[in-house]
Amino acid sequence: MSSKRRPTTPDFSAQPMTIEIGPAHPATHGIVRFTAQLDGEVVAAMETEIGYLHRGFEKEAENSTYIQIIPYTDRLNYVSPLINNVGYSMAVEKLFDIEVPRRAEFARVIMSEVSRITDHLTCNGATAMEVGAMTVFLYFIKAREYLWEVVEEVTGARLTTNWTRIGGNANDLPDGFLEMLRERLLKVSDVLDEGEKLVLKNKIFIDRMKDVGILSKERALEYAFTGPLLRAAGVPYDLRREDSYSVYDEMDFEIPVGTVGDCYDRFLVRQEEMKQSISIIRQAMDKLPPGDFMNRDRRVFYPDKAKVYGNIEGLIDHFKIVMEGPKPPPGESYTAVEGGNGEVGFYLVSDGSGKPVKCRVRPPCLNYVQAVPEMTIGHYVADIVPIFGSINMIGGELER
Amino acid sequence: MELILDILLNPVVIALLKIVVIVLVFVAATGTVMTLMERKWMSAVQDRIGPNRANIPFLRDFRGRGALHMAADGLKSIFKEDTVPEGVDLVIFTIAPFFGFISAVVIWAVIPFAAPIGDFTFQITDVNIGILLVFAVTSLGIYGTVLAGWSSNNKFALLGAARGTSQMLSYEIFLGLSLVGVFMVNGSVQVSILVANQNTYWFGDVIPKWGLFTQPLAFVMFFTAMLAEAKRLPFDAPEGESEIIAGYFMEYSGMRYAAFMLAEYIAMVGIAALVTTLFLGGYHVPWLHAEGFQIFGWFMAVPVWLVSALQILAFVGKIIFFCWLIIMVRWTIPRFRFDQIMELGWKKLLPLSLANIVLTALVLLAVDNWNL
Repeated sequence: MSSKRRPTTPDFSAQPMTIEIGPAHPATHGIVRFTAQLDGEVVAAMETEIGYLHRGFEKEAENSTYIQIIPYTDRLNYVSPLINNVGYSMAVEKLFDIEVPRRAEFARVIMSEVSRITDHLTCNGATAMEVGAMTVFLYFIKAREYLWEVVEEVTGARLTTNWTRIGGNANDLPDGFLEMLRERLLKVSDVLDEGEKLVLKNKIFIDRMKDVGILSKERALEYAFTGPLLRAAGVPYDLRREDSYSVYDEMDFEIPVGTVGDCYDRFLVRQEEMKQSISIIRQAMDKLPPGDFMNRDRRVFYPDKAKVYGNIEGLIDHFKIVMEGPKPPPGESYTAVEGGNGEVGFYLVSDGSGKPVKCRVRPPCLNYVQAVPEMTIGHYVADIVPIFGSINMIGGELER
Repeated sequence: MELILDILLNPVVIALLKIVVIVLVFVAATGTVMTLMERKWMSAVQDRIGPNRANIPFLRDFRGRGALHMAADGLKSIFKEDTVPEGVDLVIFTIAPFFGFISAVVIWAVIPFAAPIGDFTFQITDVNIGILLVFAVTSLGIYGTVLAGWSSNNKFALLGAARGTSQMLSYEIFLGLSLVGVFMVNGSVQVSILVANQNTYWFGDVIPKWGLFTQPLAFVMFFTAMLAEAKRLPFDAPEGESEIIAGYFMEYSGMRYAAFMLAEYIAMVGIAALVTTLFLGGYHVPWLHAEGFQIFGWFMAVPVWLVSALQILAFVGKIIFFCWLIIMVRWTIPRFRFDQIMELGWKKLLPLSLANIVLTALVLLAVDNWNL
């Protein structure tokens, strides 16, 4: 416990006050409920209740073919949907033991990093807004808009992307995409600098964020933290480096780590990660090889329309994929990717049919939300907001 | 005819007319305009267009660049359902909004709009306790916050009220002390004297002795305290929209809520007027004396009516500048936590205001002794 935390025992006999923060509270975005016992304005005890956004993704996945599940994964972490697409597709590809063309891998890396930037922009912007710097939030949302237009250019949608497929992507990167993205990245890094100027030299902002919501390295590891929160606590653990899945081993990037593990470190780590992501995108665009965007394996690839209408084999392939779904061999697979929030894992069990027997998601937020009471107790009510903002809870991913 | 003139020239009638003109025409209108300008300037800061949707459908969708939003907001608050939650102390709940409103309006009693012409002053009343009256009345405004939070039967509102109280305790003291330097320089608390003294000059006719130059530290502290008084960012902990939602007025709706909002904006204009009067020479146009402009021995005569008109214009211009500044502050910096406000008030600004008094005393002593 840091010395900054206030003693929680009252000096005089007073009843603690119980307040319900959420589920309808402007700070509990993502919908969660905190029941806090207040001693004056200091949080003495706190309970978290989740489950307001439960949609039954895992059960629904058992009744859908492997391809039909991809759009559902958009709705997991809805501020970085493309990373979920990629993670899920990689898990299915592992079941099929199918290769992804290099060009598709590079495209996936580019789009994943674009999504990571949108994720961190949303989180950092919201955190800044919650301590009162509304302008920073709107600047960051403006930058996110630049990138969502890029996502729309590629996938046809801003949020419900549904872009990856088993063995590749739904389509190739469009014409003029690289120029557009390069221009947008310049704009985004301008906005990042602008936002940093507004908050990082501001004493009020630093006072509000520093030494607030500390979780030590050891406790973070015990809670099985991943992603920016673990790195902010000082552990340089990044799946892109540890697993070097996809083509991340060809990219040159750094893993920012914090020192204390407070809200300020988390803000800085996310801020730096966005800059690293921009650098990764630039490298991937330079190295983008020619080639196909999809592995044209008969088991997973929708045949061309000319074949579907033109010959019987094409028609049968099409029919089988649509009606029964691609059928992986029996087995199980777990694949994790570095999502915007941390390790997003997909565990699939196949019995050889077109639908998974079990599809389990490992959400990074679940561990964070468990730790919120520990981070908050001893701080003021006003600190709940930046602490909760900095863990970037996404309801869709947390409750699935 | 003579009777009518007698009635019109009766000091009470004149004072009433001034109240009507200043409070109803100027203050209420400026406060209302500021509700719109806040959103307009905010959107300019944030790279947006801002409100521009309200229109009159029968007049070719006349929009007036969002000006109609002022009318729309007023109409909306009047016609909105006035919900009163259960368990509310209805009497206190009803009177609470007026505390803030009244304290915001009373500031204007002592603010001069232009230099007096003969017996006629452009000021409702020039009481000799001047600024002290302002202190006394503005600190009543906190009762609105506390009573609203207390009577609302809501824990968040109660938290807001408690924060409001602790915030008041931390700024009220250095608010008063920060102005002691100004009183020492002028030897008076009467507003007309404070303003008139600021139209004297250093180095011949060049630099006006505005409070901003004679008491720069006091200016910063007073401005800060006034932001806290109006509960504007960075001191809006009692409202704290992201943590305790709207704080003390969260249970208010319809016109009751609008009363709080309007009071906030009127208070903002009042603060701007007060800061202008005390530190920016009030209605003074630089180098404009009663007879005309005078600088470096160069002189240009100006008729009396034009002098008054220019002074009123300058005063309004300065007020608008300060309103703009207050709004810019709000949309640039984050919010203090309430314990940080107390720390700032008690540990930093209170010693600073005391130091300012000592410094002012030493300088005044030196000036007196050596005739600087």
